Order: sequence, then structure tokens, then C-alpha cells
Amino acid sequence: MKVQLIQIAHARSGDKGDTGNVGVIARKPEYYPFLEKYLTVDRVKEHFAGICLGKVERFELPNLGALNFLLHEALGGGGTRSLKNDAQGKTLSSVMLRMQLEINETILL
Amino acid sequence: MKQSIRIASGQGFWGDLQTAPVDQVRKGPVDYMMMDFLAEVTMSILQKQKMKDPKLGYAKDLVPLFEEILPDIVQKNIKVITNGGGVNPIACREAIFAVAKKLGIKNLKIGIVLGDDILGKIDALASKGIALDNMETKEKLASIRSKVISANVYFGAMPIVEALRQGAQIVITGRTTDTGLTLAPMIHEFGWSINDWDKLASGTVAGHILECGGQASGGNFSRDWKEIPDIAHIGFPIAEAHPDGTMIITKHEKTGGLVSSSTVKEQLLYEIGDPKDYITPDCIADFTTIQLKDIATNRVEVRGVKGRAATEFYKVSMSYADGFTAFGTLTYAWPDALEKASTADEILRLRLADLKLEFEEIRTEFLGFNSCFGPLAENSNELNEVVMRVGVRGHDKQSIDRFSKELAPLILTGPPSVTGFAGGRPKPSEVIAYWPALIPKSAVTPNVVVEEA
Repeated sequence: MKVQLIQIAHARSGDKGDTGNVGVIARKPEYYPFLEKYLTVDRVKEHFAGICLGKVERFELPNLGALNFLLHEALGGGGTRSLKNDAQGKTLSSVMLRMQLEINETILL
Repeated sequence: MKQSIRIASGQGFWGDLQTAPVDQVRKGPVDYMMMDFLAEVTMSILQKQKMKDPKLGYAKDLVPLFEEILPDIVQKNIKVITNGGGVNPIACREAIFAVAKKLGIKNLKIGIVLGDDILGKIDALASKGIALDNMETKEKLASIRSKVISANVYFGAMPIVEALRQGAQIVITGRTTDTGLTLAPMIHEFGWSINDWDKLASGTVAGHILECGGQASGGNFSRDWKEIPDIAHIGFPIAEAHPDGTMIITKHEKTGGLVSSSTVKEQLLYEIGDPKDYITPDCIADFTTIQLKDIATNRVEVRGVKGRAATEFYKVSMSYADGFTAFGTLTYAWPDALEKASTADEILRLRLADLKLEFEEIRTEFLGFNSCFGPLAENSNELNEVVMRVGVRGHDKQSIDRFSKELAPLILTGPPSVTGFAGGRPKPSEVIAYWPALIPKSAVTPNVVVEEA
């Protein structure tokens, strides 16, 4: 089935220099395994093509049902150097949540 | 020993909700209030202010704030801890003493933490082999040495603990970790040992939850944001800390907002890197050990936090001047709003190229909704308007100045139905770049001074 990430997760994003961080949190504990399985570094890198110019890192926080992504070179230089309206990556969370996921299992939404 | 202390978050950044710290000391019981004022570029702004006037260089908003809350905190014995001293905690203290005098408040003890400002010591440190090279890019400091505006060591909780031990009611620091502001009262009240890593990590986690104010109590909340009650009157978060390191995150009764495991989770994930290595001067906290539980409405229990030994280094936050930027906007209306804005951008870039101006980057983005169509904007499936926002960056100030003169002419010499230039020419501003470095803890000593007036 097709799922838009916002249906199964919520998120918050921010900056550290030119690196954006996006925390993705399962809306229900039972959704977390799907995040772990489908929200891979490669999938996120592909989704943020043209926004994140560097590498993507992923960290797992199963205790919070959450993943933390670091998107390197995603903020146009970061800080006061950036020419972006969203120089601090506050809306990268929205960009993440719009992702469409194709999953093999059936999730009760 | 107290079995519980309530630590309130009063400010998440310099410029945050002005009523929040007042509400925190008036709308319910608290023992401490912490206020974070310093973002990474703030120190450079304050350093520039101090260069112009040696009595400036701290968060001036603290003065009217203390005029309002000083009687409350004295009467209720609430201790206030803030890093709003910026690059001039002494001047900040004197300003607050002046407020106390004006209000007729006597025997007020204020503690300040000095020693974080190493701007005048950079070369002396270098001669001792402490290079302050960029810890992320590994670049040598020499490449930017002449352009450095500010250099501050991030101290942790310990200097604040010392100020509290000496009886300070208000503690004003310069560059201190946001988390240290919350951890310090726990160490002070519960007598935690400086190597009880799990407890220090617990207090650090509490600090991370409180440091962004309303972001832990329903603000900027991406899950069910429409369901947050009365966010206009949001109550900022409060940590009820216990000697064993467990705590309850809550807020005052009869305030708006929401504290739930979801709002706390979003804040825990905010601006972190590797969750197993949340490094502060006080400890390393492992965020993958945090256990959250909703125990009642607006009450979230935090327990289980594990920590590890602190490193031998302090982080240094330096800033340096690195060129200029300027931004300008023009608004294009339906029909073909986006096409017009895109065409205007092309025209602008051709003209800038003709002028042979030097930029490191030109960036154009497109924004907008209803400034042209007002209520009619609701009914349209087409774009009502598009705001073209153009930014340029470079080291050649003349090129940046010249760019500023190229935007307005597009109104009469570009695509039609354009407006929004009332603000005048874009004003160039200086780029303040950030230079993170490490310094051995043995190379700097925090200096705690507590005075009474």
C-alpha cells in the first residue's frame, strides 16, 4: 500500500550550521518498525534531491519511536551566510512528511 | 534535601514571548527560572555593541523584565538563571542592581560567571599550542584570524552551581550551554556528585527539553497542531526534578498549550546529532535511554537516562566577518504570476551579468498568497501572486550595493502587475560566520563572583 509519511509520523527540524536535522516520530508505537524499514538513508537522500547536497545520516531512537536524520549541505551555507528564506531548516520537517512510501505490509491507519 | 524542585523555562531565545517569564513566576509555584538568550550569532552582535559602548553587550531585554518580576522573585525566593549576560555580565549585573535600587529592594545577591570570553587571549593560547582550529572542517584558525569578532568558551553547569552555593538569587552568565542553566539547580539542591553521569545526563535532558521554551509545550508542534488548546496563552514548560534524576515535565495550570509525550519527543529530537552522544561540558547524555510516560494531562514523566563521562574539552564558539548579503522582494500578481516572477528573475540576472558584478551566490525563491487579491484569493485554483525573493552574497561590498539598485527598476522595465517595493532598496548586511573549536578544560577557568547590593 501507499502511505504518505505524515499519516504515520510527525516531525521537527532545525539547523546546526549548514546541516539540517529532521526528527521523525511514529504517531503510534506500532508504526515505528515501518519507519525503520522504509525510511532509509537512500530513500531520504532521493526525496531531498536538490535540497540536501551532501550526505544523509540516520540515527535510531527506538525508545522514542523515532529516527533522527542529519541532512548535510542542506541550508545554503547555514547561519547568516545562507540566502534561503528558511536558512534554519525549520520547514525541512514538512518536506520530509510529504514523502510517499510504498510499503509491502498493510498498516491500520 | 528537598524532594522536588520546580524549574521553569522563561525564554527560548532572545526575543521570545515577553509575557512568558512573568507568567512563570506568577501563575504557579516555581523554585527556579532559566532563560536562554544566546544563539550562535548572538555573541558577535553583542561583542559589536560592547565595542561601541563598554556598558552594552548583554541582553538589554533583561532590564525591563527584571523591573517587572524582581518583586515577585524576591518575595517568593525564586532563583533566576540566565546566559543573557552575553559578553558583558558585569554591566548586566549593574543594570539589575540599578533596577533593585529603583524598586527599593535591598540585600539582593547576584552571581556572575566570567572567563568564557577569550577574544583577547587567542594569540596567547596559540603560543601555548592551543590552536583553535575549526573542529568540523579542520581548517587552520590563521585563515580567518584577522576577521574574528567574538570567541567564547561554552561553560557548563558547575560555575552556576558555585554561584548558587554562595547564595546568589540571580545568576548571570556569558556563554553557557543552554542545558547547564537547568542542570545547575539540580546539582545544587540534590548534591549530585560531579561524576554521577546518569544524574547529570538526566538534568541535561531536562535542560534540552526546557531550553526552547514553548517548543516543548505545544508550540511549533507538527502532530495535531490544530488541537493544541489556547496556544495564544501558552504556558512554558516546567521540570519537576527529583533527587534520583527522574522528573516530570509539566506547565502551570490554567495556561494554554499542551505537554504530552509527543510534544516532549519533538523537542528531544530538535537540533540533535547522534542521539547516543549528546556532548556537554558536564557529561555525555545518551538520548536513546530516555523513557517517557504520560502520567496525567500535561504531565510527562522522564526517567531512565544514562550518561557517560564528560570530555576533557570545552567547545569554543567563535564568529568572524565573512562578506555581505542583501535581500530584496517584488510581488507579481495573477495572471501568470509565477511566469512573471521567473522572467523578472532572468532579466535581473542578465542585468547583473552586464554590470560584471562579483557574487559568490545569487539565489531566487518564490513566496506569496493574498496581498494583491485580499478575500478574492480564497477562490482561486491558480496562483494569486508570487513574491520573488532574491538574495546575493559576496565579499565585494560594492557589488552588493549595486545589486540593491537593480531591483526597483524591474517595476517599470519588466513583467507587468508588480508591486511591493515600499520598503526601499535592500540594505546590505554583514555575514557573521561561525567557527567551532575545542579547548582543553585546563586552559580556561570560570570566574564566579557573587555580590550583594
